[in-house]
Formats: sequence, structure tokens, C-alpha cells
Amino acid sequence: MSIVFIPSVLRGSVGGAKSLEVDGDSIRSVVDGLVERHPSLGGQLLTGDGDLNRFVNVYVNGQDVRYLAGLDTPVAPTDEVRLLPAMAGG
Amino acid sequence: MPKSYADLLREARDQIPEVSVQEVDSIAPGTATIVDVREASEWEQGHLPGAQHVSKSYIEQQIEAAAPDRDAPVILYCAGGIRSLFAARTLADMGYTDVKSMKGGFQAWKGAGLDFETPVVLTAEQKQRYSRHLLIPEVGSAGQKRLLESKALLIGAGGLGSPAALYLAAAGVGTIGLVDFDVVDVSNLQRQILHTTARVGERKVESARIAINALNPDVNVVEHEEMLVADNVARLIDGYDVILDGTDTFETRYILNDAAVAAGIPVVHASVFRFEGQLTTFVPYEGPCYRCLYPTPPPPELAPGCSVAGVLGVVPGILGLLQTNEALKVLLGIGHTLAGRLVLFDALETEFTELQLRRDPACPVCSDAAVEARKAGRPLAVSTVGGDAPFLMTTTGLAGTVSPEARA
Repeated sequence: MSIVFIPSVLRGSVGGAKSLEVDGDSIRSVVDGLVERHPSLGGQLLTGDGDLNRFVNVYVNGQDVRYLAGLDTPVAPTDEVRLLPAMAGG
Repeated sequence: MPKSYADLLREARDQIPEVSVQEVDSIAPGTATIVDVREASEWEQGHLPGAQHVSKSYIEQQIEAAAPDRDAPVILYCAGGIRSLFAARTLADMGYTDVKSMKGGFQAWKGAGLDFETPVVLTAEQKQRYSRHLLIPEVGSAGQKRLLESKALLIGAGGLGSPAALYLAAAGVGTIGLVDFDVVDVSNLQRQILHTTARVGERKVESARIAINALNPDVNVVEHEEMLVADNVARLIDGYDVILDGTDTFETRYILNDAAVAAGIPVVHASVFRFEGQLTTFVPYEGPCYRCLYPTPPPPELAPGCSVAGVLGVVPGILGLLQTNEALKVLLGIGHTLAGRLVLFDALETEFTELQLRRDPACPVCSDAAVEARKAGRPLAVSTVGGDAPFLMTTTGLAGTVSPEARA
């Protein structure tokens, strides 16, 4: 089970949880697992084609998956996955 | 048996090798530590380039900081070459193995027509005001002078800009520019500590100027009472050494990013949402830019601003201060900035998380291809980089904008 940290702006879609434990050996399977449990996340994380939206960054252990293998980036059971949308407030 | 001054001087000359000013001048920079042992008032009149100042009165206490390696070459000088001989004996007693004294001292140096530097001399009032900076070797009088000659631009005199403006002013950053077109609203005062209840309804740049100059009248406040847009951004940022991004719209952040990268000016970025904040420093071409981090903005419902979502007042306070810390390091050229690192702050957990950032090799603004295209006068258009970058500036203005309703 990897730990997925949910940013506060998305917590409304997951019942307020700050983090969730999700099964999956790749970012794709972790994201699919999340969306299966919380369908309203789907439109926020993924494009119509099933790719990651470019305004949501995903990090595995502090590394941006865009510079790893994207959705195919492997995820180990103890890895920390972090979803990070931009924020604008100042 | 008592010894006279002449006896002591003879002993010192026997023990300490002397070198001529020409020999010292021919030494390659960095190969010997050159220490000026005169009093501060003499040092202020001029000193050898690259020399360090350790007054003979403090030589035992301070030499280890100036010359930590006892086997590395050290050359001491004073005004005429006598005090440095005696100071050199002290160093020999302390175990320094390669200590020399410059014959004839600074007078001989100047007499030979060799270059010397005149250190920054702060006024008596400035020495008092900035005394805690002057005590830090990494700042000192040279660093303080650098701050006094620096120009910092704050985009937004709001939640992030308030602590930043006050601490930059307190630190003695000589010119602080403020870009804000708004007026002070009573709802701002929960976090925007530049402003006061009595100044509700006043222009924010004017209210900020009053607060800044009340703290430090030395600071030149430049009021830019306008909205930062594509048409004025190059003019607004021109001449500034560092920019602190404290706006609350994505549109402004992208416009600022593109212009700052083109102008080569570092931008210290922070943003806040309720109990959370993000912080990084974008140093053009050394690290990623804002578009590398966030190629496109989220839809408005995923990124509400403070006026919609709310924010705990101290969160922009904390992030604004961290921005100021970054800005001061950029201006002083010390420490390590957050270039290439994003810090997340969670106030509810009091937790800082660091993420690694990378330059996007396909970035439409800071990639090598983008730089070449800009040099050729043909900035990359969105279509040529295969992305969906918003707000890309064109010669005619913005390629796309966020609607006013979407702005927080």
C-alpha cells in the first residue's frame, strides 16, 4: 500500500482525508485505484484520454513523475505519492 | 633581563621573514591569506585588494576565523611594517608555520603606486541601525552596502507582500518597488500588516510606503500603482535585482515569469491556500521556471484565491518571510536558494515538505530552444512547443487570458 497525500483543494472529493493508502505498482494503477474509490477525482486528475492533467503534478518520493516515466512510473509499497495542483493565492 | 622596544623589534625581525610590496603584489590571488592588522579607522581609509581585517588588538581572538589553516601562508601588514612584525610573532607563537610581514606596510604599498580598495563606509546612524548585520561575517559592511544599493520589486502589497516589504525595509534594501492597483479594505487587515485601520480606503502602494518609511526612512519606495499586464511587465521589472511574486492570479504569475526569465531576474515565488503554502525561487536558466513547474493553470474551481477560499492570516506571513529570506540570499550572494526545490508548508501539521523540481527541456520560456527563438526575435508560440501553455506573450499581447470572474 502506498500513501497518497491529498492536497486540501481535493480533499472534498475524498471525504476530507489528508492521505489515503492505495494499492498499485505504478502511478497509473494508484490513480486508477483512487478514482475507482472516489469517482469525482477523475475529472480533476485525468484528461478525457486518461492522461494526467497538466495542472496536477504528481510526485513519488519527492520526484516529479513527468521526469520519471509518467503514469508508468513504478510505485513501491512504501512510497509516498503526492498530488500537487498549483495554487494562486497571495 | 628587561628588554627595550629595539630589542623586541630586532628579535621579531630575526624570527619573521619580511616580504616586499612587489612580492606581495605578484602573489597569485588566493594563494596566501593577507591580513591587515591596523585599526578599523585606518582600514576604512583603504586596504590591499582581497585583504581581511583583523586588528592587532584582536589578533589572538580573531585570526583563527580569518586563517583557519596553520600551515597555509599568511602575510600580515600594517601602516609601516612594525605592528605586523609583532603580530606575526603572536601567530608564530600560536603555531602558524608560514607567517610573513610586508615590509614598509600600506604606506610602501601606496608609495609604489599599487592598487588598493576603499571599503564601504556606512554612516554612524547606519552602523547602529544595521549593527546586527555588521556582526555577521557573511553580511558585514560590504554586504550591507550591497543591500543598500539593491532593488527589490514586490508584485502585490498584500498578504505575502506585507511581511516581505517590512523585513526588506528593515534589512536596508535600498529600493523597494511595489506593484499594486488596489486600495486597502478592512478585510485585508487580518493578514496584510503593512496596512492599518486608519488607512482603509487608501491606495495600497501609498499605505505601504508610509509603513516602510516609518520603519526605515532610508528606503526609496517606488510606487507602481497599476495592474501587472503583458503590456507593462517589461517596464515594471526593468532594473530590479530580485522580484517577490505575491500576486493572487495565475495570469499575473505567468506573465511575470515569462518577462523575468527573458530579463534574467530571479523571482521568489510563494502562494497560499487556507492552511498551506508553496515556495520556491526561480533563478533563470539555473533552475526551472514557473512554466516548468506548472505548464498550465488549473481550472478556477481547483485553485480558488484567498478571497474565495480564505486563508489563515499567518500562512502568508510565514511564506512572505521565507520569500524575504530567499530574496536576501539572492541579493547578498550567500547560502543556497530554493532554485530547483519546492517547499510545501502545512500550518495545521507544522510540516515542511521538499520536492525536487526540474527544468522542462520543452519549456516554451526557459528551454534552450525558447532562448534561441527569443534572441532571434521570434518567441516560441504555443503550437511550436506542442504544449497548451496559457497566456504566452506575443507581440500583440496575450495569446490567452483568464476571465475576470475566474480570478480570485
